[in-house]
Amino acid sequence: MSAKANILQALRQGLANAPGPLGDSDYQAAIAPYAFTHADAVTRVKQLLCAAHAEVIDSTHDTWPADLTRVLQQTGMPATLLAPQTDCTLALRAYWADRHDVPSLRLFDQAIDCWKADLFQIDAALTECEGAIAATGSLIIWPTPQAPRTLSLVPPLHIVLWQTRSVWNTLFEAMQQAEWASRLPTNALLVSGPSKTADIQQTLAYGAHGPKRLIVLAIDEPCP
Amino acid sequence: MRTAAQPTATGLEAAQPVVVTQSPFKERAQAALCDRSLRQSFRGAMDFLTAKRAGVFDDPAEWQALSQLGEHIRQRALSKLPDLLEQLEHRCQQNGIHVHWAESTEQANQVVHGILAQHQATQVVKGKSMVSEEMALNHYLAERGVACLESDMGEYIVQLAGETPSHIIMPAIHKSKAQIAALFAEHLPGVPYTEDVDALIQIGRQVLRQKFLDAEVGISGVNFAVAETGTLCLVENEGNGRMCTTVPKVHIAVMGIEKVVEKLIDVAPLYSLLTRSATGQIVSTYLNLINGPRRPGELDGPQEVHLVLLDNGRSQAFADTQLRATLQCIRCGACMNHCPVYARIGGHAYGTVYPGPIGQIISPHLLGLQATPALPGASSLCGACGDVCPVKIPIPALLTRLRTEAARPANEQPHAMRGQGANANLRERQLWRWWRWLNTSPIAYRLLTWLLSRARHHLPKQLKPWTQVRTLPRPAPKTLHELMRQRTGRTS
Repeated sequence: MSAKANILQALRQGLANAPGPLGDSDYQAAIAPYAFTHADAVTRVKQLLCAAHAEVIDSTHDTWPADLTRVLQQTGMPATLLAPQTDCTLALRAYWADRHDVPSLRLFDQAIDCWKADLFQIDAALTECEGAIAATGSLIIWPTPQAPRTLSLVPPLHIVLWQTRSVWNTLFEAMQQAEWASRLPTNALLVSGPSKTADIQQTLAYGAHGPKRLIVLAIDEPCP
Repeated sequence: MRTAAQPTATGLEAAQPVVVTQSPFKERAQAALCDRSLRQSFRGAMDFLTAKRAGVFDDPAEWQALSQLGEHIRQRALSKLPDLLEQLEHRCQQNGIHVHWAESTEQANQVVHGILAQHQATQVVKGKSMVSEEMALNHYLAERGVACLESDMGEYIVQLAGETPSHIIMPAIHKSKAQIAALFAEHLPGVPYTEDVDALIQIGRQVLRQKFLDAEVGISGVNFAVAETGTLCLVENEGNGRMCTTVPKVHIAVMGIEKVVEKLIDVAPLYSLLTRSATGQIVSTYLNLINGPRRPGELDGPQEVHLVLLDNGRSQAFADTQLRATLQCIRCGACMNHCPVYARIGGHAYGTVYPGPIGQIISPHLLGLQATPALPGASSLCGACGDVCPVKIPIPALLTRLRTEAARPANEQPHAMRGQGANANLRERQLWRWWRWLNTSPIAYRLLTWLLSRARHHLPKQLKPWTQVRTLPRPAPKTLHELMRQRTGRTS
């Protein structure tokens, strides 16, 4: 018999005398402690992200390209990677079109296999996010064909645009209310700060393997 | 066939092969107790981790409710385990993930090596995975000419030192930064001695980034696998897990068959319990939900994803309704962080891949009681491990059960454990038989206690090894029965 058949047979035998499958769980404990108003939720996300060593910059729908450009200028004009076709890329490229004091730009417009080594030389990348989770200060990154997943992983500086109207109290509520189970992308992510490790004598160090810096542009707009 | 991994710039060419010591548990424990620097490392780390955990579970009511939910989710998954595994396989396949089953670590190693051979891969990067440690995968691949590099900082340090992890969450917890500084300076070309932790991490980052770029295949473990959606969840802080599962062309995930949960929403409370219990973080830096290989039109991600489901003795634990609770574990390591034995002897003294209380209850299933006879006894049964377990595994009760199984004669039915009777001792059994008879036969009991009280000055002062650390109590001049009869005026 195959390994699969043997394993399943052993497990089914093990259940022979069991009382049957357990019923559904009461998930109240995952929800109850985290009831926030929208404003409190947004504030909490910002506080927790800052506590996790991320940098949060308050911005608006109209001013974020300028705010981002200023940050990049302060950071030494890193070569910046953008998803090719997202709205934020279009807005930023329009803003940068007639300026010359802006960083050099690279579009992620071909399969990684063709330029993997070059990708590892890029300094910064910009992505959007699906929203944030107030309980833990996490950003939901939802890569798409237009916004590849290495954008938020390989470059040492990761910049995220977060529309603050998208915020859930808990991961549980995000999964349930936004119906993740029926529409998951190839790779969904929660990001709650820059890469870190405490593997050497419990001493916290940032920039282990992922981005060393995480900058969040929080685009505050009234909740619809 | 080459017998050693190719020389690389990772420093591993100079590392010693992993040596698993064969000395009995007590000798290793004794050696660890005499190692001052090791004890300082563990004491410091355990105090740090227990304090961090206490800080994030500061509301006892919330802890109680959430751990009850965690227990229920894990028990529910186990109550339908075979169906959920089939559902997981089906959903993974729909997502484009190749699913493989392995009864033993040998089979699992063959599967992994077979995939590597198909791709003619010689360079592999691995994210932290205890199942791959269970398989001794690095060693297996090295013997077949494949260099498998650990990419978690702690695991990388341990691999560089030619050692094994001493903790399931913090593998290099037994090492001080001075030892790590010396290790890097010795093994990595052009690296000066530095005890600056940021500098050490940046050195590791530079070495490993090149490896993420070069590797043809990435290997990872799985924290939770979701049957409903065919999702593989990975929890981490460093980003090496994301690197291993995103950058190479092929991703192979290995997991124990117990890691499956029924629904995606089950992940949310378990994830909170895991990070808070493990390192006292309310959340880890990354939660990585992998649903398959690169889809048409996508520009990155692996082109092939494989999932290897490993049994390796888990179905034995599953077959017994009490021992099944062992499989509720979410591998947070809180039980070892709070164990007075682990804190004093460290992870290597156990001699098994999984150390500490969880190792003591899972290893006898993976290896058989005959290979782990000392583990069920290596506990004071203080109960701390059971108290902090986020999914309420009754670890002390399971240890007691394993002690019983190890002491029962090998041929006695029912036979729940491989290696049953590993500690069976005829003299001990005879003694207990006598003890039972003495305590259930009133005449014999009175005679014995009368004799002991009268001969109290002539009893031996030492009862080795019991009196090595205790004073032997002396019986009272009169037995309790005699005193009670005197008080009530009755005569025997």
